[in-house]
Amino acid sequence: MERDSTIKIRVVNLHKSFKENHVLRGVHLEVRQGESMVVIGGSGSGKTVLIKCIIGLIRPDEGEIYVDGLEITSSNGQKMNEVRKKFGMLFQGGALFDSMRIWENVGFGLRQQNRLNEEEIKRIVSEKLRLVGLKDIEDLMPAELSGGMKKRVSLARAIAMEPEILLYDEPTTGIDPIMADAINSLIVQMREKLNVTSIAITHDMKSAYKIADRIAMLFQGKIIEVGTTEEIKNSPNPIVQQFIQGKSEGPIKIL
Amino acid sequence: MRFVEEAGRVMILFAQTLGWTFRPPMQGREILKQMEEVGVRSFPVVIITAAFTGMVLALQSFTGFKRFNAESMVGTVVALSMTRELGPVLTGLMVAGRVGSAMAAELGTMRVTEQIDALYTLATNPIKYLIVPRFLAAMIMLPILAIFADVIGMLGGYLVSVQILGTNPTLYIRRTWDYLEFNDLCSGLLKAVCFGMIVATISCYQGFSTQGGAEGVGRATTKAVVISSLTILISNYFITAILF
Repeated sequence: MERDSTIKIRVVNLHKSFKENHVLRGVHLEVRQGESMVVIGGSGSGKTVLIKCIIGLIRPDEGEIYVDGLEITSSNGQKMNEVRKKFGMLFQGGALFDSMRIWENVGFGLRQQNRLNEEEIKRIVSEKLRLVGLKDIEDLMPAELSGGMKKRVSLARAIAMEPEILLYDEPTTGIDPIMADAINSLIVQMREKLNVTSIAITHDMKSAYKIADRIAMLFQGKIIEVGTTEEIKNSPNPIVQQFIQGKSEGPIKIL
Repeated sequence: MRFVEEAGRVMILFAQTLGWTFRPPMQGREILKQMEEVGVRSFPVVIITAAFTGMVLALQSFTGFKRFNAESMVGTVVALSMTRELGPVLTGLMVAGRVGSAMAAELGTMRVTEQIDALYTLATNPIKYLIVPRFLAAMIMLPILAIFADVIGMLGGYLVSVQILGTNPTLYIRRTWDYLEFNDLCSGLLKAVCFGMIVATISCYQGFSTQGGAEGVGRATTKAVVISSLTILISNYFITAILF
């Protein structure tokens, strides 16, 4: 597939510690415009911290993150808010606002901007919900939905503001395999229909193979390998091989 | 050491909240919702507390004053105690228990389920969207509740004195009216405003800094109530000392 090769997101030498726990130890990562990057790694390898640093929810101790060439770790307040408008994020548990109806959730960002009236927002909300394969649930509360539906709604909320970059935090965790496959298809569709750049973090290799243009493996706070799906599958690195094959024996020690 | 650090963080949050309070756009919808939650729904609890406090105050001071034949001063004692002290303090404590716990639990749950992170990603500042409305609602509604508490407390004292203890109603009202100064009411209401800020800031802080799932939410809720109540009682002394 022919893609624009300009760099959309560049992460340089990123470090982050929580107390004595040195989670990120110099992460380098480049994501191209329109590309779907999947970061794989074990639980506690720092995947979530990495993605939260990129969207500015966690401030790294050291290192730089460039979005469209603009360094964001040093920006704060208003400037950071502007940068965040380029992003949409799908949280692991959906993170829907449980005091609000579905349409208020999906239309939250639009309502906060105060530019459109209620009618127009509801129309956009229905359109986004249709895009993720849902309809006629606008007036329900999040507690009335199943886990898979919540993820879809959350995805609809993430794309409601038409972001340029989508971040997925473990999109298939905690839902059944069929629903997981449906979510994977949606992620692929999002890239094709909306032409967004995306970063997904997961430890579900089936999902990774399905949605990735390129895969990066995070291990002990560093990216140890980046490559296309084929390259990763054929990687000579025993750590990568152990992870993608899901073996308990190998260089990765289980404590 | 931890205490100093936490106190510092609460003060930072307080400053940030103040900063966001005056930045448009106003979250009108949220503020009204919180005013209902803090004010209207706390009303019954505050009324019952105030009524019985006023009543017991009349009973107790009557017993005391009877020993040196000053029963007629009961009205004055009830009025001064309610307006200056018990109205605002009891309202503050009841609101800390009822509303502070709810704020900490709600925001804490939002924290552990990443809803607060989600707000950031939707380009909305959670301090502005979640804390400012609670802060304003508590600051506005607490003095209003305190006024009701004052009036109901005095009414309770009046009923007990007149109906049970047989005090002359005209005398009771005159004693209340003659010795009550406008300043008494104002100092009480000023306290109530401070208590509102204390409850909202501390409870929201506890909610925002929640860690570790359901257990963490429980801990945050308890801390919100205990710390706001203690802070109310301690600051009450200092506000009183300064206001005189």
